[in-house]
Amino acid sequence: MQFQEEQDYTKRFDLTLWKRLLKYARPFYGFLAALCVCMVINAVVDVVFPMMTRYAIDNFIAKETVAGLGGFIALYLLLLLVQVLVIFGFQRCASKVEVGVCYTIRKLAFEKLQQLSFSFYDKTSVGYLMARMTSDTQRLADTIGWTLIDLVWGSVYMVLTAVAMLYYNWKLALLVLSVLPVLAVVSAYFQSVILKNHREVRKTNSRITGAFNEGIMGAKTTKTLVREDRNFEEFQVLTNTMRNSSVRAATFSSIYMPIVTSLGSIVTGLALWKGGYDTLSGAISLGTLVIFINYTVSFIEPVRSIANIFSEMQSAQAAAERVVSLVETEPDIVDGPEITAVYGDQFSPKTENWPKIHGDVDFEHVSFQYKGGEKVLSDFTLHVKAGQNIALVGETGSGKSTIVNLICRFYEPTEGSILIDGVDYRQRSQLWLQSHLGYVLQSPHLFSGTVRENIRYGRLDATDEEVERAAEMVRADHFISKLEKGYDTDVGEGGNRLSTGEKQLISFARAILANPAIFVLDEATSSIDTETEQAIQYAISKMLSGRTSFIVAHRLSTIKNADRILVISQGRVIEDGTHKQLLEKRGHYYTLYTNQFKEEGELSALGKSLEA
Amino acid sequence: MLLVRSLMKGNTGYYVGAILSTLGMVVINYITPLLLSLVLDSVLGETEPNGPGFMIAWYQWMGGRQALLNNLWICGLWLVLLNVGGGLFQFLNGRLSAVASENIARTLRNRLYNHLSRLEFNYHVKAETGDLIQRCTSDVETVRRFLSTQLVQIVRAVAMMVIALCILLPLNRPLTLVAMAMVPLIFLFSMLFFRLVIKRFRESDEAEGVMSATLQENLTGMRVVRAFGRQRFETEKFDQRSSDFRRKTDHFLKLLAWYWSASDFMCMAQTGLVLIVGIFLCIRGEISLGTLVVFTQYESMLLWPVRQMGRILADMGKSMVSLDRLDEILLQKPESDAPDSVEPPIDGDIVFRNVSFAYNDDNPVLQNLSLTIPRGKTVAILGATGSGKSTLVHLLQRLYEYRSGSITIGGVELNRIKKRWLREHVGIVLQEPFLYSKDIRENIRIVNPDLPEEAVFEAAHIACIHEGILEFERGYDTIVGERGVTLSGGQKQRVAIARTLLKDNDVLIFDDSLSAVDTQTDASIRAALKHSTKNLTTIIISHRITTLSEADLIFVLEDGHIVQSGTHEELSRQEGLYKRVCSIQNALETELGQTLA
Repeated sequence: MQFQEEQDYTKRFDLTLWKRLLKYARPFYGFLAALCVCMVINAVVDVVFPMMTRYAIDNFIAKETVAGLGGFIALYLLLLLVQVLVIFGFQRCASKVEVGVCYTIRKLAFEKLQQLSFSFYDKTSVGYLMARMTSDTQRLADTIGWTLIDLVWGSVYMVLTAVAMLYYNWKLALLVLSVLPVLAVVSAYFQSVILKNHREVRKTNSRITGAFNEGIMGAKTTKTLVREDRNFEEFQVLTNTMRNSSVRAATFSSIYMPIVTSLGSIVTGLALWKGGYDTLSGAISLGTLVIFINYTVSFIEPVRSIANIFSEMQSAQAAAERVVSLVETEPDIVDGPEITAVYGDQFSPKTENWPKIHGDVDFEHVSFQYKGGEKVLSDFTLHVKAGQNIALVGETGSGKSTIVNLICRFYEPTEGSILIDGVDYRQRSQLWLQSHLGYVLQSPHLFSGTVRENIRYGRLDATDEEVERAAEMVRADHFISKLEKGYDTDVGEGGNRLSTGEKQLISFARAILANPAIFVLDEATSSIDTETEQAIQYAISKMLSGRTSFIVAHRLSTIKNADRILVISQGRVIEDGTHKQLLEKRGHYYTLYTNQFKEEGELSALGKSLEA
Repeated sequence: MLLVRSLMKGNTGYYVGAILSTLGMVVINYITPLLLSLVLDSVLGETEPNGPGFMIAWYQWMGGRQALLNNLWICGLWLVLLNVGGGLFQFLNGRLSAVASENIARTLRNRLYNHLSRLEFNYHVKAETGDLIQRCTSDVETVRRFLSTQLVQIVRAVAMMVIALCILLPLNRPLTLVAMAMVPLIFLFSMLFFRLVIKRFRESDEAEGVMSATLQENLTGMRVVRAFGRQRFETEKFDQRSSDFRRKTDHFLKLLAWYWSASDFMCMAQTGLVLIVGIFLCIRGEISLGTLVVFTQYESMLLWPVRQMGRILADMGKSMVSLDRLDEILLQKPESDAPDSVEPPIDGDIVFRNVSFAYNDDNPVLQNLSLTIPRGKTVAILGATGSGKSTLVHLLQRLYEYRSGSITIGGVELNRIKKRWLREHVGIVLQEPFLYSKDIRENIRIVNPDLPEEAVFEAAHIACIHEGILEFERGYDTIVGERGVTLSGGQKQRVAIARTLLKDNDVLIFDDSLSAVDTQTDASIRAALKHSTKNLTTIIISHRITTLSEADLIFVLEDGHIVQSGTHEELSRQEGLYKRVCSIQNALETELGQTLA
């Protein structure tokens, strides 16, 4: 759920933005054209129907004859059929455009999201992106199709009605048309006020949702603090605001139509008055009078639909700006054209040109800072031989995770370079490195689907046997075989039907199946039961053997087993060596180790394992 | 339905008003064509006036044909007056039904919020928050929409039918029958077809859910996607879901297109039928031109509400389901106190005697537990996961009710003390505290917003968070929680400690809440606490030997009862869990000795 309050409208109409948007609708120009044709026909028929009544009055009723009635009926039927076909047609065209544009924009945006760098994800929440990809895109696509309908129908209908009236009687027509500007101004004013009111209501509504969320999530705390009454008072302020602004919005909306119809009725009254005398004098027929009265009533609708376009566009424009800016964001880390020429890009790699990785990793005078942040690493140099297991320890914020992110090329050094097998990794494609990398996260992330599908994510062409062998290697097969459907068990959204430890094991199996040259492991700090803990320790040691690995380590056993321990503080390596060497120093590592030993010991005595 | 009735209370007047103005609007709207018809037939034409009595009365009152003909503007003016009058009723209807339904929505929201906060602790432990929020928001919205527009629309459609029949039947019986011929068909068609449309809509909705879930998983798992180089795989997966959604939405929209064109066809055919039959009747002199105009205009007014009604009725099931879902929450029993509850001073020893407790019958958590916590002392509780230590302290705030044995504070049985009173005097810092979306200052003085800033700072000092807060860019004005800055577990815990300190505590409980801070902070918080408070009884659940050892009295809990109790000196000499935990220090030394040897 998302409670971000965002501006959902913009003041100025931005034509270039809409032009850029139309680009995305290009595959649907055909439908848009058909749509316009349908709307023109629709408007024409709408104008013709009252003419039929006029004709009937003047030619059958006034002359008291049925001659030609058969033809009249046939024509009426024909018009009816045309109208129905056209209605069906424009609905279909508009839907095709709507779903098509939605799909196209989503596809483009999704591809962009796969390319954007982590610096983008650092400052953009998932909720924000979800809203761009779902509701904003939807609103945009709606607007393109349906606004066009309103626009074409409204203007054609208005013009044709005006022409028809002018044709029948120009004096009377001018009288009727004189009210049009007033109607337009009133409509435009009300539409914008109504829109503003609705915005207000929506905003309050999202605050109420937030308050419910807080009330429910915090219910236990509220109880212990005996804060029910105060919370309720605060909540009532919100619901009162909501009630008042909703009533205000509804009041405004319900004033609008009466005012417009009353204005319209003045014209009808005038038409009746002046037109009535004209019929007596024979200047116009009775049928013409009736048609004028009909037109004055039906004139309101197109004015309203055109006034509506402006308020619609106004709110859709904000959505458009956000969507377009997402689709047009450029990633920070890009493979140059000469590199993609050789190694391919994210979507079509040229694996045949990819060099094999051995696993030497070198940091040469690397400096790094996050955008707008402080320097996290400065002049950092580190040489790691292929096959070495490196444990990184240190406090939160010391720069451990940054080092790991740089190795994965989720970020690139701001100064200096990182060499893989002696070559700056910027000389190769991102996919090349990342395909040779095993990366296991602190909080394991699984995708919905079966256990098997999740493990296979590591290597898409792996056979079932290979998948199962990978699971066996990390001893995940024990718990998998106990699941209801074994490997075909659905893990639920984000894997939430499994425990954290189980998810962890599956993510290990997934990584091992990928058979990477370099392993990066961000060790979990969450609590798991002792048995799973042992299984995980086993799995880790299995995964790491013979591979270059970097572990952001939290558990003593993992740290102790590493070939090399680096104690990181403020972006520098302050101690470097094996467990034994570092203990002998009796420095930072010594203190860290003894504290950790006690903490883990106390917890394991109570049957828990490490807890953050 | 009981719920509906109780919600209606106080708003019946508005509803009656809304319905009356709907009726007024319908009547006035129906008069306009009658007026036109009269003008066409008996002012401009020379036919005898025909129509309902009141129209003829008006005609005569105005002075008959000649007078009106000389002053045709009067007819125009009346037309405007009618429209303004109708508009007034339309406005009244809109406003009154908005007031009624918004009042009801407010009552409903307030009632839900208040009720939820007064349900038992256990309800919230088990509650599925997502589902509850869904009910409180979208179900309330469904009910509101039903009450604000749909209910009045149904009334309007019915009224329009009935009144139209009353006016049209005397004008011309056969033409009335023709005019109504397809109305039931149109109504049934919209109702049945709309059922189908709703079903298709659900399919598209579900497909959208799947697509969003895929997107969300991709975004939250972006690191995994990148680390395995699965951009292409993900794009193909998303494309598949997105295409599926596109296809299903298109299906739905196609059905909708069928619906609109088919029902438009029926409506236009109905109008055409009236026109053509009317022309015949006109020519045969059975009806006047004005009457024909009345019929065609009524027809166009009538058909839209009929179509809408079919749609609303098809949709009404949803509102009923929503009402039931809300009722389910409101029927949950809230917490209550026994009638003879008291508010004694909470300042004596706390005594547990043979207390047993189980969350569900076959799984006892506490068994025959007895212990005494002396007033003003600090006691510590050590126990493995699932030994019942959290339950034990939860009982002290009556978050759960014990059913056998007895717990007394200062000699008063706990379940005779008013819950509110008890909770005000017993402070507890939960393992997973919740911070409200307010700034840090407000969060700390959450129990009493009138407390001066100094008190807030002092509490923050004791909880070792004052300096930390000042380091934030906006200091104490930093907004935390859902909409603000995310604090780390340790920071949250310390804010929670600070806010609990500002309560009027006689007993203070740390439910393993010091574990989220490091050992040094743990020690300084305890030291500061000792300093600042007088006769506070403190209960600390912890696994840290340093924390435990400084308590006046230590209890060791195993499988729901006390297995050891005493001071640090006593317990470290006895065999048992406490000694095992103590011996970790020795284990460390041995380990270090071996490595460094």
